[in-house]
Amino acid sequence: MWYYEKKLQYPVKVRECNPRLAKYLIEQYGGADGELSAALRYLNQRYTIPGKVIGLLNDIGTEEFAHLEMIATMIYKLTKDATPEMLEEAGLAPHYVNHDSALFYHNSAGNPWTAEYIQAKGDPIADIYEDIAAEEKARATYQWIINMSDDPELNDSLKFLREREIVHSQRFREAAEILKDDRDKKIIF
Amino acid sequence: MHPTYTKYYYPYVSPLDPCQPITKKSYSTPPNLYMGFQPPNLPQFNTAKEALYRGTLWPALYDDYPNKDYRGDQK
Repeated sequence: MWYYEKKLQYPVKVRECNPRLAKYLIEQYGGADGELSAALRYLNQRYTIPGKVIGLLNDIGTEEFAHLEMIATMIYKLTKDATPEMLEEAGLAPHYVNHDSALFYHNSAGNPWTAEYIQAKGDPIADIYEDIAAEEKARATYQWIINMSDDPELNDSLKFLREREIVHSQRFREAAEILKDDRDKKIIF
Repeated sequence: MHPTYTKYYYPYVSPLDPCQPITKKSYSTPPNLYMGFQPPNLPQFNTAKEALYRGTLWPALYDDYPNKDYRGDQK
């Protein structure tokens, strides 16, 4: 079970109403390498991986939900007072027609989230290596969004999220070392 | 030697390229790629506030991502 702390992991400040940026950010919400995919991937893999790394998947999977919440806040703030005309100008008319300014789990091209984005191969090495790749892809996605955003306060939060991807990747790399290591066995040559 | 966290390469520039070529392109190689298993007792940021702000406890894992203009891509 989880306990919920009613605050964001890192503050989200948005300087201007910018629906176009929201369209890009939705990639990290319901995209293949987004936070929803990450959270569900890790929390699902927990059950069929050696005990030594279950806790890691549990903690990182949980943190991904905290990131999801930050992304949701950003998207919400960027669009909440936008008129239909502004949304149309930002290329969000199809979204508006279907959802008004409600958030929805799809990527920035409008493709709905699908479980095919995540894998659970059941092989510990295959799963952990997929997790490392997912973190690096999410880091890259943050970089491309930062490159297109000129909102310094929003970029500040995005840089925090990018750094967390680096830390998570480091931990998954260590998990791979743990999984392949012989260090607790006495091997006599 | 201390690794760098931004690398550069020089893509081929064709005389027929339609856009103004980028002659020098950068990409990120953050610290986690070089660390292996994290050594114990690494120095930490001085204050909890700073660590929270940076997203990591350890300067050794921190990678700033400067704005594109400062990263060294060159037209």
